Amino acid sequence: MSKKSAKDTPREENPPVDAAVVPDGTGDATGKDTGAASPAPDGAATEATAGDGAGTPAAGATVTETPRASEPVAPPVLDKGENVLEVRDLVKHFPITQGIVLRRKVGAVQAVDGINLDLRRGETLGIVGESGCGKSTLAKLLIGLERPTSGTIKVRGQDLTELRGGDLLAARRNIQMVFQDPYTSLNPRMTVGDLIGEPFEIHTDVVPRQGRRQRVQELLDLVGLNPDHINRYPHQFSGGQRQRIGIARALALEPEVLLCDEPVSALDVSIQAQVINLLEKLQDELGLSYLFIAHDLSVVRHIADKLGVMYLGRVVEYGNAEEIYEAPTHPYTQALLSAVPVPDPKLRGMRDEIVLEGDVPSPANPPSGCRFRTRCWKAEDVCAEETPLLQVRENSRHASACHFAQKRDVVHGSA
Amino acid sequence: MSIVSRMKKQTAPSTSGRPEADSSAPLLEVENLQVEFRTRDGVAKAVNGVTFTLEAGRTRAILGESGSGKSVTAQAIMGILDSPPGYVTGGAVRHRGVDMLKLNREQRRLMRGSTVAMIFQDALSALNPVFTVGFQLGEMFRVHRGMSRKDARTKAIELLDLVRIPGAAQRVDDYPHQFSGGMRQRVMIAMALALDPEILIADEPTTALDVTVQAQIMKLLAELQQERSMGLLLITHDMGVVADVADDISVMYAGRVVEQAPVSEIYDAPAHPYTKSLLESIPRVDLRGQELSVIKGLPPTLTAMPPGCSFAPRCYMAREKCGQEAPPAFDVAADRISRCHYWDEVHPA
Repeated sequence: MSKKSAKDTPREENPPVDAAVVPDGTGDATGKDTGAASPAPDGAATEATAGDGAGTPAAGATVTETPRASEPVAPPVLDKGENVLEVRDLVKHFPITQGIVLRRKVGAVQAVDGINLDLRRGETLGIVGESGCGKSTLAKLLIGLERPTSGTIKVRGQDLTELRGGDLLAARRNIQMVFQDPYTSLNPRMTVGDLIGEPFEIHTDVVPRQGRRQRVQELLDLVGLNPDHINRYPHQFSGGQRQRIGIARALALEPEVLLCDEPVSALDVSIQAQVINLLEKLQDELGLSYLFIAHDLSVVRHIADKLGVMYLGRVVEYGNAEEIYEAPTHPYTQALLSAVPVPDPKLRGMRDEIVLEGDVPSPANPPSGCRFRTRCWKAEDVCAEETPLLQVRENSRHASACHFAQKRDVVHGSA
Repeated sequence: MSIVSRMKKQTAPSTSGRPEADSSAPLLEVENLQVEFRTRDGVAKAVNGVTFTLEAGRTRAILGESGSGKSVTAQAIMGILDSPPGYVTGGAVRHRGVDMLKLNREQRRLMRGSTVAMIFQDALSALNPVFTVGFQLGEMFRVHRGMSRKDARTKAIELLDLVRIPGAAQRVDDYPHQFSGGMRQRVMIAMALALDPEILIADEPTTALDVTVQAQIMKLLAELQQERSMGLLLITHDMGVVADVADDISVMYAGRVVEQAPVSEIYDAPAHPYTKSLLESIPRVDLRGQELSVIKGLPPTLTAMPPGCSFAPRCYMAREKCGQEAPPAFDVAADRISRCHYWDEVHPA
């Protein structure tokens, strides 16, 4: 349904170009070129997007979109299925204030600045980026721990940002979270049974009181723990087992979407594989959708179907994970992927390694235009003046927010 | 009385009793190192017979999970083991033929920083938050070299320049919290390099950092190592980083080196089931969807080690003998050992 709203309009009055386009949510996408634009017929746009996923734009044609004011355009469509999670133009700015009595706002940390995401049933969307890029703020927004400044978060068509009270409580059941550190996210004074059963105390109608203990034991069994250990305390388990407890707790309310915020980064390498395999098994069995946030790009490559690369609060590249890993088009993604060491000494020195200079700029005062331009080797004047839209570019099937997007294979040896 | 003036007084007499170094001996030779922790739950053998050598200009990686004894090995070499509860109970750590474990406290302290230096994992907690980085860097020169504050500050700026911190002359008066994670780690490297050490121990130097920063730091380390032909001992759990920089690897498991080999051989044909399983259990950024094999179970508790091979309970090819007899170090090839009874089956020759 959201596909139909994508109306592709060539800038120079060309015939409709089959390309899916995405606004970057900053506002400069809307309205631009609307005068010259004549909306393409609905049928053409639908055909184009549904035909081969994200189409390739005709060479030379620059594509802009004219979204309806009320209905933002969907990100590129990659495959079919029901959207369980839809994020549109999500913005979170944390105010910076000065003064104690007379507080006034002197600025804002633009932690998340216009993000569009789609998550289908049974799919895994990986979100990668460096610390400070806003990925954890995104997770907090999605689960309702923070209120967004603007934008919508729809879980199964219900907008979480509009709901309040009991409705919000009920809607949150569908989206649950697995935390990063299994040592701090489990209360040491509660038994495993209490920890996993606590969601039932809040959502009392899910499982009747007398059936709860049994349900907890089923959950323990599901995540590969001994159901007899229901009365044990967290300290009696190892890190990997604790993360399994965290997963069981997140599954207690039978959510459709599981937010995994760095679920394996606190674990040892030999334990990581156990937890990753468990997550994959659960996805197959329960048809879960994962939003998998991680800084370890190797893990994300293993688990993700779709990928969003974040830099300073924005998504700079978005699309099929395999495609992005094989042929990233945004310079930041290329630098990020090229920096991951490959466990094969034969490939030493053969990777197309791009070492970025400097640090990530402050999100309180991000660079104008493209936020990556201060560290980018391709940056030109246009990058400072014009914000590149997250859209499908020439010769590539996934969306990239770069004026000079170009394919480059960086993870394989060039031998 | 400040530590500076105390040191100055003691510097002269304490060095005289030091045994002569033999420049033909290996740069660093660790032989059958034994470290135990005496805890309430019993004695934990954190390091049990670690043996390796490190030559100038070479990089040896010590690879292992948490609790495998890799950091304790580094602390014992550096001489900064918390004691109690940790005690070095046997073995030798020789620098150019001189056993550092037999030196007295003063002699040992003089070697720290000038002969053996260490980069710690978490730069934020390793640096003192109440002093500027310039003061902390300069301290090295004031204490060890007896320089004046002014000269030490100039040296500190040189060092910050060396590790490519932009605007070194201004940043020398900043406090650690004013630096980003990557820059802070550069300060740590600068501090370790201050007195031109021959051996550099880097204990998980990039674990807390993002991949792009990790790449910057590893590149810097490699360059500095080449310039000064230092021996680098890299402690890590990241098999990717090891493949990128190391010449030789020691794989540790439960306090023992289970496999030791030049880097290319270990990745091509591991000769210990632990190494093999470990390599198969990590996802790779350049390969898609390979099945992740899982090492079942957990590492053993060091206070209650299983008899026989310590990896046997988790090993896919364990047999009866493995549960009874601890495997000795088999010579697989020159420079290559494996502690597995059936190494020739893991690694078909």
